[in-house]
Order: sequence, then C-alpha cells, then structure tokens
Amino acid sequence: MANQSLEVQEKKELVSKGEQTSPARYYVPTTDIHETADALVVTMEVPGADRGSIDAKVEDDVLRVEARIDPAKYEGMEPLYTEYNVGHFTRSFSLSQVIDQGRIDASLNDGVLTLTLNKVQKAQPRQIDIR
Amino acid sequence: MAGLYSHPFGALLEFQNALDQLRSSNWLDSGPSAQGAYPPLNVFRKGDAVVIIIEVPGVKKSDLRIEAKGRTIRIAGTKNLSRDDKASAHRLERRGGNFDRAITLPIEIEAEGIKAECRDGILALFVPRAESDKPRSIPVA
Repeated sequence: MANQSLEVQEKKELVSKGEQTSPARYYVPTTDIHETADALVVTMEVPGADRGSIDAKVEDDVLRVEARIDPAKYEGMEPLYTEYNVGHFTRSFSLSQVIDQGRIDASLNDGVLTLTLNKVQKAQPRQIDIR
Repeated sequence: MAGLYSHPFGALLEFQNALDQLRSSNWLDSGPSAQGAYPPLNVFRKGDAVVIIIEVPGVKKSDLRIEAKGRTIRIAGTKNLSRDDKASAHRLERRGGNFDRAITLPIEIEAEGIKAECRDGILALFVPRAESDKPRSIPVA
C-alpha cells in the first residue's frame, strides 16, 4: 500500500429526502468506522472546517454531524480552474444501545474529525460471600 | 464574478455552481513528473496573484513537499491513515498512500514569492505573478 499512488475520490453530494434550510449543496464526508473492545471510532474527513464550525450531537439514538465551511474565505477569489466542489458536510448514523451516549469524545486534526463513541461499561463481576 | 451574488443566502450555491462550470477546463496542464490526479485542486485568481487551494485532509504539514520551478509546481507527500490494526472495521471509505502531482500554470509566476499555508486539511498556495509577465501600461500621447 505504501507505494501506490492515491486516487482522487469524487466528493459525494448529499441527496436526501429532506431539504436543508439554505439552498447550498451539502456533501457526505468520507468516513471510516472501526470498532475496538471499548468504543466505536468514527473518522470523518471534513477539510475546511475548523473546531468552531462543527456541530455533533446525539439525539434519539442518532448521531448527526454537521461541519460547515466558511464561504468568506473565498471572498474576492475568482475561479479559473476547478477539480472539486466545496460545501458543508453532513452525515448521520443510527447508534445501537451499546453506545454510551453521554460519553462521546471528539477531536479535530488536519481536517479529520475523530469521534470516539464509548460503549456502555458492563457491570464489574462481583464476588458473593457465603455466610 | 465576485459581485454578482443576488442575495446572501444563495451566495454559496452560486459559488458552487460557478465551480462546477469550470470543471476540467483546459487552463491547467499536467507537469512533466505528474503521477496521478490526487490531491484535487482549485485555482483562483485574487487580484494579480493566483491562489491554488488543495484538499489534503489527514495530511500533516511535515508530510508535505512542495517545490516550484519555472511555471511548474509540484505537490507531493503522504497521507497516513493511522488505522488501528486491532480494531475491526465496519466502514472503510478513506484512502491513504503517497501522492505526487505536478501542475504547470499558463502564466509566468515568481517561484520565490510563493507562500504555502496548510490548515484544517486545506493547503493554500499563494502564487504571485512574475513582474515580467505583467502588461506594460502604454501611455497615449
């Protein structure tokens, strides 16, 4: 894998039944989901979004992430040649009961959002004393 | 194009449509050492300079190599995914690996004046136009 050249992944546009309030196009961030013994790790690529513009919430067993880009950064820029489009990112996942919805960690590095969804801690085994 | 947005709410959509129209125009050539099309880039004009915006999510600044010569700019590096081998995967959409891309601009540029900034997975290259390329103003007697 180390010497293979990377290919371009075309940005997936969101086609959904419900509409967003603003008419702009939304995109689906490329996501990896891994599972370890303690947590589910969700890694999403959201280039252009900074910490303040990410909204991640859990409601009714659904994890919904929205990352907004700042169109003001493109102020005064006239496009000459383009290969990709820009826009806000949004994606939702249904969570199972295994996830402890109160213990979700999130970190953002180089445009990659990593969400660690910790699983519910199983009760510790207890010794029963016999009188 | 910047002043044509009809109303602020539609501004982003108009910008997105404008970006779509310039897809694969012939403005840019592949440089001689090009090895693929990653990372995707957009080229803008801002005043007299050219700004190249490149999406490189997950690529650290230390893993980027940018070189410039003449009208050609080379963007190379490695995107490491830091995947945990012990974890089982439910979904694997991201791709990692090496990339090496060279582009040739159709205008004369000042290679020494190029500034590169990488933040939040976006690499921005500010490329000033060469003095020799700027048109000379001709006074009318």
